[in-house]
Amino acid sequence: MPEETTNGTQAQTTLDICVAAGCLSCQGDLVKEALEKEIDARGLAERVAVRGVGCLGLCMAGPLLRVSPDGILYQAMVPEDAGEIVESIGKKPVKRLECDAEQSFFTRQVKIVLENSGEVDPDKLDDYTAVGGYDALAKAVGEMEPSEVISEMVTSGLRGRGGGGYPSGLKWGTVAKADGARKYVICNADEGDPGAFMDRSVLESDPFRVLEGMAIAGYAVGADSGYVYCRAEYPLAVKRLKNAIRQAERAGFLGSNICGSSFRFTVDIRLGAGAFVCGEETALISSIEGNRGSPRPRPPFPAASGLWDCPTLINNVETFANVAPIIRNGGEWFSGIGTEKSKGTKVFALAGRVQNTGLIEVPMGTVLRDIIFDIGGGIPDGRKFKAVQTGGPSGGCIPEQFLDMAVTYESLAQAGSIMGSGGMIVMDETSCMVDVARYFMEFCMTESCGKCVPCRVGTMQMHELLEKITQGRASMKDLDLLEELCEVVRFSSLCGLGQTSPNPVLSTLRYFRDEYLAHIRDHVCPAGVCKMKSPSKIHAEVA
Amino acid sequence: MQSDQTTVQGSKAGPAPPGAPGSDDRRWKLVSATMRRHGHSSQALIETLHTVQEVYGYLDDDSLKQVAHALGVPLSKVYGVATFYHFFTLKPQGEHTCVVCMGTACYIKGAPTLVAAVNEVAGISTGETTADGKLSLLSARCLGSCGLAPAVVMDGEVVGRIGDNDMKARITNWLESPGAEVANA
Repeated sequence: MPEETTNGTQAQTTLDICVAAGCLSCQGDLVKEALEKEIDARGLAERVAVRGVGCLGLCMAGPLLRVSPDGILYQAMVPEDAGEIVESIGKKPVKRLECDAEQSFFTRQVKIVLENSGEVDPDKLDDYTAVGGYDALAKAVGEMEPSEVISEMVTSGLRGRGGGGYPSGLKWGTVAKADGARKYVICNADEGDPGAFMDRSVLESDPFRVLEGMAIAGYAVGADSGYVYCRAEYPLAVKRLKNAIRQAERAGFLGSNICGSSFRFTVDIRLGAGAFVCGEETALISSIEGNRGSPRPRPPFPAASGLWDCPTLINNVETFANVAPIIRNGGEWFSGIGTEKSKGTKVFALAGRVQNTGLIEVPMGTVLRDIIFDIGGGIPDGRKFKAVQTGGPSGGCIPEQFLDMAVTYESLAQAGSIMGSGGMIVMDETSCMVDVARYFMEFCMTESCGKCVPCRVGTMQMHELLEKITQGRASMKDLDLLEELCEVVRFSSLCGLGQTSPNPVLSTLRYFRDEYLAHIRDHVCPAGVCKMKSPSKIHAEVA
Repeated sequence: MQSDQTTVQGSKAGPAPPGAPGSDDRRWKLVSATMRRHGHSSQALIETLHTVQEVYGYLDDDSLKQVAHALGVPLSKVYGVATFYHFFTLKPQGEHTCVVCMGTACYIKGAPTLVAAVNEVAGISTGETTADGKLSLLSARCLGSCGLAPAVVMDGEVVGRIGDNDMKARITNWLESPGAEVANA
């Protein structure tokens, strides 16, 4: 799409530079300014436009710049490179800054959720509508009954992308059928999983898409207002979202008489305040109501009694981002992608000890090995793959023997982990799996809301035992106790945080038991991470 | 991330909360505006605390009392909420802040050694401020900048892929630079 220049003419060349948080923290904004200056200085303002766009995916190579229509991709620029880049327009590209756009990282992805990331300016509604944005909303409110929207969602087979994998169409149907004068739609953007940045990126790169999904959901279930509950730690996402709400309201895509119909829907933002438990839906609702984020027993589920006791639909950012294309292209189209039970694509945040760290979107059912070694480029520094951690603190570590597994909700569960929100942390032999389990248990311990005893006390005891093991002070009895506690905490905690907190321990015990034994019996950390006291010292302490 | 922190100014009698609420302090007007926007509903508590922290840098006692009064919420609940959420802080922060990301990617790529590096140079652990009020060391659950691991935020600026030595150099530079009070003296 030719971009308009500052004087209103159509540019012949557009320089799209990533302005998502990752690239901004690598001076992306300074590079953008420098490019603009160079273009002005050379009198090229009529031919060349500079545009800030959403995430281009390969965060490790930031800041990224794409030259259209030439299709050249540049990486890791500094402001001083601007002159050379502008000079090269229409001539030979600057070799030393070029990023191979044909590498598997880019070519093997299938983009639905991220289709506009890197394509549109997240601050401009016009950019979004130019690529068909809000067509789906107009189609839904103009041509479809709410029940038809829901049946399209059911047909699509979309499952909740926040981690649970509950069928979205079914959830929407339940809220639509619930009794209540008022209903609410909530977008869960409290991405608290350490090692996950999908929601952040979607909000920063394509905020209009999320709002469109929420409005369609509001129409389908009969709600007239919605909230985005977003992490306060994501100031850029909040800023872009605020701007997107304002622009959508002005253009009639939010507010009253949406797209000329009688449908009314408003969206407000509520800031999270750094509590992992608020990702749990009942805790999130409590937080929006101005209280501590403590979960409550379910049922009643929020679909029947949620925000201010009204029926409430809660979906994750990525789930809402899938809605517009499903309505636009039909549920059948969506269900044709992915596997039998896991439809569509999934966005993963690939990080850790892997060559290409960044954001990727692949069809469900893509093989783990392809994700890590082909798209991800493998393990750097000639080291060996050890495990991949998926699903954050509720997930687990998957060892080498599962590398040829197709990634679906079911297969991950079978391997002792979960999809979670989609964080994938790759580890090599420099990581100690007992230490990793201790790390996650410390996380769960400090993030426990404290309401129920198994989680509050259990995670603390488990952390203490893991601490003992990593310090070489534990006995085999401690290991037995740890395993017993895993079961107790799993089965008796009130909410998902507690119920899933033993997962990292259980999965590392299952696949890396020998590392636990090495710590306990031999007082040795095979990866050399844990600092052991020498056995003689321990004996002295005991004596 | 932490908003720009208010500098602790040097009166030894203990710093008065920067701009006592109720005064004609401009900052308090912003807090009032937030409460007004939500109709002084008790449900506006968290939003209000966000504004207090944004404008004062932390949640001081007087502000908490004032907010409790204005929203008709028991002070115990205001404290309960303020201490439940990690983003809120009841202590004033130092002149400079360094937030080390403790997300999984940063952790396995060496965040703990960064904390140790700061500890070595400044003698403070996570959550502490140096005695001279120069530096606060904080940790974040995850900045969502995993591609840049290990990442830290230094006075609001995200610095990715930082090494122990670079970290030490930056912190030493802060500690040795003349502070606001010294410069004014």
